[in-house]
Amino acid sequence: MKPEPYEQGLLKGLAEGDKRTIEIIYKDHYNMIQSLIINNNGSADDAKDIFQEALIVLYEKVRSGSFELNCQLKTYIYSVSKRLWLKKLSVNNRFVTAAEDPDSIYPVEDEITAHEKRDAEFDMMEKAIASLGEPCKSLLEAYYLKKQNMQVIATSFGYTNADNAKNQKYKCLLRLKKIFFAHYKNGMDHE
Amino acid sequence: MSELNMLETVERYIRGEMNPDERVQFEQLRKTNAEVDQLVVEHTFFLQQLNRFGEWKKFRHLLQFIHTDLAEKGSIQSNRLSGKARVIYLFNRYKRVSSIAAAIAVVTTLSISALVWTLAPASPHSQFEELNKKYSQLEYKTRKQASEIDQIKRSKTIPVDMPFTTGGTGFIIDPKGYLVTNAHVVSEARTIAIQNNLGEYLVEVVHIDKVRDLAILRVTDDNFKRYGALPYSISKKAGQLADPIFTLGYPRNEVVYSQGYLSARTGYDGDTLSCQIEISANRGNSGSPIINRRGEVIGILNGRQTNAEGFAFAVQGKYIYQLSDSLRNADPSLSIRLNGRSNISSLERSEQVKRIQDYVYMVKVN
Repeated sequence: MKPEPYEQGLLKGLAEGDKRTIEIIYKDHYNMIQSLIINNNGSADDAKDIFQEALIVLYEKVRSGSFELNCQLKTYIYSVSKRLWLKKLSVNNRFVTAAEDPDSIYPVEDEITAHEKRDAEFDMMEKAIASLGEPCKSLLEAYYLKKQNMQVIATSFGYTNADNAKNQKYKCLLRLKKIFFAHYKNGMDHE
Repeated sequence: MSELNMLETVERYIRGEMNPDERVQFEQLRKTNAEVDQLVVEHTFFLQQLNRFGEWKKFRHLLQFIHTDLAEKGSIQSNRLSGKARVIYLFNRYKRVSSIAAAIAVVTTLSISALVWTLAPASPHSQFEELNKKYSQLEYKTRKQASEIDQIKRSKTIPVDMPFTTGGTGFIIDPKGYLVTNAHVVSEARTIAIQNNLGEYLVEVVHIDKVRDLAILRVTDDNFKRYGALPYSISKKAGQLADPIFTLGYPRNEVVYSQGYLSARTGYDGDTLSCQIEISANRGNSGSPIINRRGEVIGILNGRQTNAEGFAFAVQGKYIYQLSDSLRNADPSLSIRLNGRSNISSLERSEQVKRIQDYVYMVKVN
């Protein structure tokens, strides 16, 4: 079944990171996932984590340009959340009894595998940035993540001019790349 | 070229910040130098990774913010923040719409109230709060009970577990939901209900005449569906001796048919209000219609004197007319229209009974 135009609109809004759209999706589906998690040995905090992770999976999917879910948004979120939660439960060796209902479950294995890989990469990046220490961490975050202007960064970090800040930034970036690729190659070797 | 300069060059190339000449030159270098080429590929990948990481982080942040916001607004069923986290949330929210000065005022207020809160003796306060909570719980319960009682009082359907005891029989005299039965059946009753194949309904007494042993009931139940027209008529004439008659009643939990004949034009001990009929009747038959072969109700079986074998007395039909007249005089809103023409006069007996039985009810009292 194709998602209705309404849901496609939501997915487009999500891809753009539109706050209103995300609020609507959040409001419409959060309670469903919370009861799923709480009824299956989880807490409200677990529910929040799982639901947000499911939204990230969805976000990554629509970011890649695919707005076709082949099922209802609700079913998709439910299926992803359920798989994520079952995985988490089995990692923690907790007892799992959730019965599968084939009608309401949409196969999301591939998406979840891709999500896990990405998650591991992001985790790697986060750790690499954190291990840089200050001021490198903030400098790179300001330029590459917050996309601030070099001039602004120079002023706020206290560099005498933008060139110095830029120079420093490249030094930091070089370090970051080395740390990241060291981890990244290690990660690849493990697979 | 140092590693640092190289990186800068590569990045400028990737970001499209080079001028055309520089660009051509650099592309030439890429072709000839595998190391530079590799660096471009690697750095492109790295920048992409960094970019996606940034968006991912931003999205996570946004989700977190939306969650807190929706939970505070009560749009999702998540726990609200408490303590410090809540102050931070409120502060952030507030900060966005107001000036710094106002925010400082909030912080000051909060810290003063926090100070007061920490300095004030804690235990009586918390006890008071608990008491207050208990009190409001109690208040809530009382309100709920009151509303439930109200609902029971107002409800016009039969409560599920209401016990009913003995009763008699009654039958519809007006399709709007008026029935007639014997006065002695309902005289002691607090709650009265009627029941047959169609259902069970609450009724109330609108008129009672103990002398003639007649009572008129009105259905008050919300579930009651009014009838179209009555199949039988109410006759003013007493009928002739030896006229064949029959009755339908509820001596037990099922409708029972009996037949007989009019045996005397007066009732017990020469009672002119009633007549004597030869029929097998039991206590539950009190209030059953006595119907002649043309489908006319000529009387209402009065079970009071059914101690003798094989015969019974019946209140004559004309008194139903008198009763409805006096009722109309007492309260014009309660106008009962009695059917003077039988619609089943030419039908077979079994067919007549079939038509009539939906209009005859067991009367249950409590």
